[in-house]
Amino acid sequence: MGSNMAEAHPVGFQWVMEAKARGAKVFHIDPRFTRTSAHADQHVTIRAGTDIAFLGGVINHILTHDLDFREYVTAYTNAPYLLSERYQDTEDLDGLFSGYDPYTAAYDASSWSYASVPMEEQPGRLLKEVSAPYQHGAGGPFIEGAAGGIESDPTLEHPRCVFQVLKRHFSRYTPEMVERICGVPQELFQEVCRAWTENSGRERTTALVYSVGWTQHSVGAQFIRAGSIVQLLLGNIGRPGGGIFALRGHASIQGSTDVPTLFNLLPGYLPMPDVTHEDLTTYLDGVRGRGQKGFWGAADAYMVSLLKEYWGDAATAENDYCFDYLPRINGDHGTYRTVMDMVDGGKVFGYFLLGQNPAVGSAHGRLQRLGMANLDWLVVRDLAMIESATFWKDAPEIETGEIVTERCRTEVFFFPAASHVEKAGTFTQTQRMLQWRDKAVEPSGDQRSELWFFHQLGVRLKERLAGSADERDRPLLDLAWDYETEGDEPSPSDVLRHINGIDLRTGRTVDGYLDLKADGSTVCGCWIYSGVYANETNQSRRRTSRFETGPYDAEWGWTWPLNRRVLYNRASADPQGRPWSERKKLVWWDAEAGEWTGRDTPDFEKHKPPDYKAPAGASGIEALDGDDAFIMMRDGKGWLFAPAGLADGPLPTHYEPHESPMRNLLYGQQGNPVRKVYGRPDNPSNPAPPEAHSEVFPYVFTAARLTEHHTAGAMSRQLPYLAELQPELFVEVSPELAAERGLRHLDWAHVVTSRTAVDARVVVTDRMAPLRVDGRVVHQVWMPYHWGPTGLTKGDVVNDLIGVVADPNVFIQESKVLTCDVRPGRRPRGPALLEYVADYRRRAGITTETGTRIATAGGHIERAHIEPDRPEEPS
Amino acid sequence: MGVKRWLDAWPVFRQLTGTDPLGRGKAAQSARSAGLGSRTESADRVAGSVCPYCAVGCAQRVFVKDEKVVQIEGDPASPISRGRLCPKGSASKQLVTGPQREQRVLYRPPYGTAWQELDLDTAMDMVADRVLDARRKGWQDTDEDGKVLRRTMGLASLGGATLDNEENYLIKKLFTALGALQIENQARI
Ligand code: SF4
Repeated sequence: MGSNMAEAHPVGFQWVMEAKARGAKVFHIDPRFTRTSAHADQHVTIRAGTDIAFLGGVINHILTHDLDFREYVTAYTNAPYLLSERYQDTEDLDGLFSGYDPYTAAYDASSWSYASVPMEEQPGRLLKEVSAPYQHGAGGPFIEGAAGGIESDPTLEHPRCVFQVLKRHFSRYTPEMVERICGVPQELFQEVCRAWTENSGRERTTALVYSVGWTQHSVGAQFIRAGSIVQLLLGNIGRPGGGIFALRGHASIQGSTDVPTLFNLLPGYLPMPDVTHEDLTTYLDGVRGRGQKGFWGAADAYMVSLLKEYWGDAATAENDYCFDYLPRINGDHGTYRTVMDMVDGGKVFGYFLLGQNPAVGSAHGRLQRLGMANLDWLVVRDLAMIESATFWKDAPEIETGEIVTERCRTEVFFFPAASHVEKAGTFTQTQRMLQWRDKAVEPSGDQRSELWFFHQLGVRLKERLAGSADERDRPLLDLAWDYETEGDEPSPSDVLRHINGIDLRTGRTVDGYLDLKADGSTVCGCWIYSGVYANETNQSRRRTSRFETGPYDAEWGWTWPLNRRVLYNRASADPQGRPWSERKKLVWWDAEAGEWTGRDTPDFEKHKPPDYKAPAGASGIEALDGDDAFIMMRDGKGWLFAPAGLADGPLPTHYEPHESPMRNLLYGQQGNPVRKVYGRPDNPSNPAPPEAHSEVFPYVFTAARLTEHHTAGAMSRQLPYLAELQPELFVEVSPELAAERGLRHLDWAHVVTSRTAVDARVVVTDRMAPLRVDGRVVHQVWMPYHWGPTGLTKGDVVNDLIGVVADPNVFIQESKVLTCDVRPGRRPRGPALLEYVADYRRRAGITTETGTRIATAGGHIERAHIEPDRPEEPS
Repeated sequence: MGVKRWLDAWPVFRQLTGTDPLGRGKAAQSARSAGLGSRTESADRVAGSVCPYCAVGCAQRVFVKDEKVVQIEGDPASPISRGRLCPKGSASKQLVTGPQREQRVLYRPPYGTAWQELDLDTAMDMVADRVLDARRKGWQDTDEDGKVLRRTMGLASLGGATLDNEENYLIKKLFTALGALQIENQARI
């Protein structure tokens, strides 16, 4: 679901075909019939943005027919735990959970807690901006005192236990409702339910694959939660052949999340400190929590080792290992917020673009370009010239007069980058495997690696500040920046060694994160990567042929953590430590040897027996019982219900997309009540019910990739082979829609939203089937998005159609579903385009308030909500 | 030219007398193509690499001759890709050797209408100066309540998903030491 794997991850898709050849059934649930659907046993056409309604239907099917894997659910999930009496469900509040504050459009999540571990009440704004889930890294939020035992009902019958709450929450997600909301016929929906449940349990497992078709939504995090709930109920997590696969889109996008270039994270999913963290102890208490179970209990060792890597000898126990040197976050500092600050002026002065082309690749390209045109300076580093470096002379806004070259003040530096064969280093691919690349040739001319560039920049900055007495310069002056060198750049293997971790007493690399210490005797740049340089050997460089090893013992690259393939694989054995079945054995307890063993590296303490009961008062790793399979979670369990940590509710709930042609059929609450909306004149929204005039933009729009191009096109539109394979931007429409709008195959058409209009060639195809949704026909329109004004193949920027509305948990934009109009012929050009789109806005009655009245349950419809620039103080 | 060699140059003769009676292989080969060898065979060395496009992580073999990349192929030994590359991975030789690759630093001054060339070292110095300036202009010591922020909102960065882990590591480390927070990449898009 939410993935066109055959198109976007073609070589990975061979394994789906391999599984199919061995008898696996493949279902593809997607708005469009794609290359993936063509190879699936069954394609299910779904209305874009309604996946939670569909998955909620599956959950309801499982629970009403008692099809869950009960032993697994009772032992490994939080199904038996009792919830607070203060908790109220969306069933009680017309689509809202308890704790909603319509004034801040945020929740106080304290009533979502377990009954025996109450949380402090928190004003909603504080939750949304300051202690929001993005600050918890992968550890999730803490739940006070989880290690002390949580009140539970192992029979799963107590009305306040998670299992019963779940049942009630999804009770109206019936096959009829799925049909009315998603446009999926009931029989087809039930076929999916049957196949999924029949293929799960002791003997069988089912895998779930998603991509950005799930993440780029205003409820994206909850799409994934819904998938996790199904997989947990069916016992498909931590077991071979099961799991949830997030297919990622770039060579090292997984790596750039693990070793993050993200504002809210430090390496290894340690949170970036915020204003509430006065010192290292308060910070660590926030990460470990008091009385929490699990491996975040050792966060002090991970963090101190990181600080030691950053600041070397300057970091000592006396000065909190320079914890104070870290800048503090206090809200959303994500890329879209930053770009709006650029447009507004006076806040952001300089911008680096490193192998990224937001003028084409980010949502709302116009906003991106106007932001870049309003800077002091911009540095672009890329292989080839890209639209983000040339906006001052060829942006679409030049044609409309919104950017005038001679009046555009931004100073632009373009630095040619070294390519993947001109530098050595690791990429982390989508299954967490680090693979090393050797340098094949030297780059030429001024081409340099990022390693060279940033190392040089650091050296020059240090020189300029040398001798500074200003306290704010200490972090830079004390920064450990003396990696071994190869030629004139740092040695990538030495950087990887430091990421792996080094024992300062011996000077040798550590073997894994279990060796890290909180006393300053180890350095480690990213604890989850610890082990990649075990034994002073670059494990990521291993290339033993697949003909010589099997799938689990493969000596090819290195997979974090500790070369483990299946996370939480303790759950592949029953609570007593025996494999659930011979067919599906992976990791088990060997009583004689007194250790966990099996095909994969066990994701559990090696010598902790399955019947182990942690002593009272224990915390962290020690507090994990022998059957707490989910060792990173605060209570050791897989979360069906998330008692904390999500901004928009403890359970996934079907909300309509921000721009939708439909009213929510399940609740008065139309869209995600906590989504981030920005009512700005330069970021208008198309109206959605209950607002009037949604018929001006009657069609559902979605966009995605082609095999032959790569994201914003900088690496593909310039290559003759690829440009020839996919030579032109197109829009796919159904024959019915073509008839309705007078569109002819291969003629021009243009797609319009309240942001702009873009041209494309028409492809009339029954791959885009009209849907019958709640008694009416809904048409969907699809476009690939790789084009821009330069390259061997040129086209309009599809991302210009999209406005900025974001998921409140992770601040990712809703770019996989919006509404639009489609018209035959080409769009107007120049200033006439602005007038054309303004006319659409007038007809749709669009103002800056459109789309910002986000609370629509319980009579709150009147109030508009707009994300503030800065978090307000809690009232 | 001897009669034998003269006859052998005649494809019909080769077809009738050789091992290729259908004339689809050796019999039809010209002298020029018979003399051709594959670039992979004549390469000086092969570097183990990984496709730079999507996150499947297909393994590549990069063939180098005279310090130039002459061919990039899938690596059959890889347990992930088993030697396969999709159209993008297969086009990656064009990606690294094509004329679209920029070679020189380019500079567009404020209000400028065209690119100018700039020496790399000068450009690095100019960027270093500008980083310090933007950092200073956007510096925040504390918030309204006097809580420590110790940061600058004056500069931002976007990118990393196409870069190496080692590079992302240094980028985050340097920006963090500068107090710059708005360091983002494709993972949020
Ligand atoms: S060859 Fe294709 S599938 Fe393989 S990593 Fe490259 S882009 Fe992805």
